[in-house]
Amino acid sequence: MKIRLSGRVFLSWFIIAGLAGLFASPAAAADTIKLGVAGSHSGDLASYGLPTKRAAELVAKEFNAKGGVLGKKVEILSEDDVCKPELATNTATKLVSRGAHVVLGHICSGATKTALGIYKDAGIVTMSSSATNPELTQSGKYPNFFRTIASDDAQAKLDADFAMDVLKVKKIAILHDKGDYGKGLAEFARGFIEASKKAQVVVFEGITPGAVDYSAVVNKIKQSGAEAVIYGGYHPEASSIVIQMRKKKMGTLFISDDGVKDDTFIKVAGKAAEGVYASGPKDTTKNPLAIAAIAANKSTYNTDPGAFFLNGYAAAQALLNAIQKAKSTKYEDIAKALRTYPVDTPLGKIKFDKRGDAIGVGFSMYQVRNGVYVEVPAAAPATAKKKK
Amino acid sequence: MDYFLELFLGGLTRGSIYALIALGYTMVYGIIELINFAHGEIYMIGAFTALIVSSVLAFAGMSGPSVLFLAASVAIIYSAAYGFTVEKIAYKPLRQAPRLSPLISAIGMSIFLQNYVMLAQTSDFLPFPSLLPELPFLEKYGLRIGSSELIILLTTAVSMVLLMLLIKLTKMGKAMRATAQDRNMAMLVGVDVNRTISYTFIIGSVLAAIGGVLIASHIGRINFYIGFIAGIKAFTAAVLGGIGSIPGAVLGAFILGWTESFATGYVSSDYEDVFAFVLLVLILIVRPSGLLGRSTVQKV
Repeated sequence: MKIRLSGRVFLSWFIIAGLAGLFASPAAAADTIKLGVAGSHSGDLASYGLPTKRAAELVAKEFNAKGGVLGKKVEILSEDDVCKPELATNTATKLVSRGAHVVLGHICSGATKTALGIYKDAGIVTMSSSATNPELTQSGKYPNFFRTIASDDAQAKLDADFAMDVLKVKKIAILHDKGDYGKGLAEFARGFIEASKKAQVVVFEGITPGAVDYSAVVNKIKQSGAEAVIYGGYHPEASSIVIQMRKKKMGTLFISDDGVKDDTFIKVAGKAAEGVYASGPKDTTKNPLAIAAIAANKSTYNTDPGAFFLNGYAAAQALLNAIQKAKSTKYEDIAKALRTYPVDTPLGKIKFDKRGDAIGVGFSMYQVRNGVYVEVPAAAPATAKKKK
Repeated sequence: MDYFLELFLGGLTRGSIYALIALGYTMVYGIIELINFAHGEIYMIGAFTALIVSSVLAFAGMSGPSVLFLAASVAIIYSAAYGFTVEKIAYKPLRQAPRLSPLISAIGMSIFLQNYVMLAQTSDFLPFPSLLPELPFLEKYGLRIGSSELIILLTTAVSMVLLMLLIKLTKMGKAMRATAQDRNMAMLVGVDVNRTISYTFIIGSVLAAIGGVLIASHIGRINFYIGFIAGIKAFTAAVLGGIGSIPGAVLGAFILGWTESFATGYVSSDYEDVFAFVLLVLILIVRPSGLLGRSTVQKV
């Protein structure tokens, strides 16, 4: 009796151990591609991080269904940094020690910045779906960093380049509404124009939002001889300025941002809105991959996509695709593959430039024509006609 | 020189608008020593009424000056009714209360009216049709002054002359001056003080409504919040000129308009408000009761 019992116990231990061994063995054998996902998965900024995590899981599932990457299954290692720089170093260290091959993250610019050094030392390619701080790519300090979102100054760059290269204006007036968004854009635009030396900034001023009229500043623009105005701010003030310029029969071109790329602007400014340029996010609603990704998210998690979902989806795809194309998990090979091979994502066909910013992601230029915004080529000087 | 002239005219237009609103502040203050913070909202309601009426008329197929006339008339009547009602509801019951109480009541009224319009209409900006006619003869004067600017200047000038005549020559004007000087004494000699105060509110509201229609046509857009900034600026103009004084409010409004226009034109629009308020502080240091204000001796 006693023996039989201990025999059973022994047997069951044996079975359990065997089973455990069976389950554990694939992981222990390190035969997966480990995709680290770092970002805010809890706390008050969780809504920024969770969509990217969900996107990564969906992409991993998709790749695994097709046989994985390099013949191996994709495994997600998820770590939470709560968007706090002081926790992000921990998160990064954990991911490195767990053997992540590539990392999708982090979410917030501050946390990303502190974590990047650790990944750089470990030789791990890192790609963010949402960190927009221009420094991250432009400083050149983090060659291991890539992102699938346009940096904060991308829109200003588009506006400035459009004015100088497509519209070919030489004198530009820059106005802003003194707000964070408008002033930031205006300052970046001034920086780009002054650095390129292709045009001159003749007026740079902040206006008071909600003032009763803007005739003085409009007179000043007229006096300065500016051929184009770049305005950083929102549509109410933009429509006032445009209306007053057109009333004074000034043909000065007007270029603005996605605060103005709003149908209310056209409604309020009416005829004066015709010919106004405004940059705005690229339209992804008609991309079949985006539609499929959003549908997959809905059927798997039964939630709305949320912030940066498509950027996260594109980043996960780009990373896994690069490993596949590079046929290696080595840092240099992956980084090279990311810069060489374009990949089809919900954001369109993307690859990465030398600094790590995605080419083909971000903003397009639109123009008001017959009361609607239509996309105009942002970089083809031959097709965009200068309006007199 | 051309540039100077353009800025000068721009400042003059701006000043006229401030003046139309500032008169309402200064008249009410002169008569019951109350800063009517809801006054900017009366201006906004005038603009909204004109927008609604002109949209309806445009829908019915009318156009031209008749729309302007009808829209402005309805706006004036509507604003006057609001001004009258606000006084009856929010200020009259508090006439004997400490001076802070009607002030709080005025701020409350201002917030109430803003939110009321926001909920009843919309929080979005709405396009305002250009009701003012284009004057073709101005074309040859270059583009120094547009037709809407000229119309604003003329309307303001006419309104002020009429207001002066009303105060100097009519019986009601006399009653207003009497009430402003000494309310109790005026009551003793048979002036109907309640009626006089109501009239003051109505006249102030009429001027604000005119300002609302003019500036909304000039700017081309309105929302529920336009009264706030215009009100603050007009109030500043009234204080600058000496609150309680009618010529003072007009003078203060023009000075404010020019300061803002020239500061933007020659320095930077970043400093538009800075210059306006630095000027206000400087003038109040030298003349605490404003440019044309009477230094009031505390009545014992």
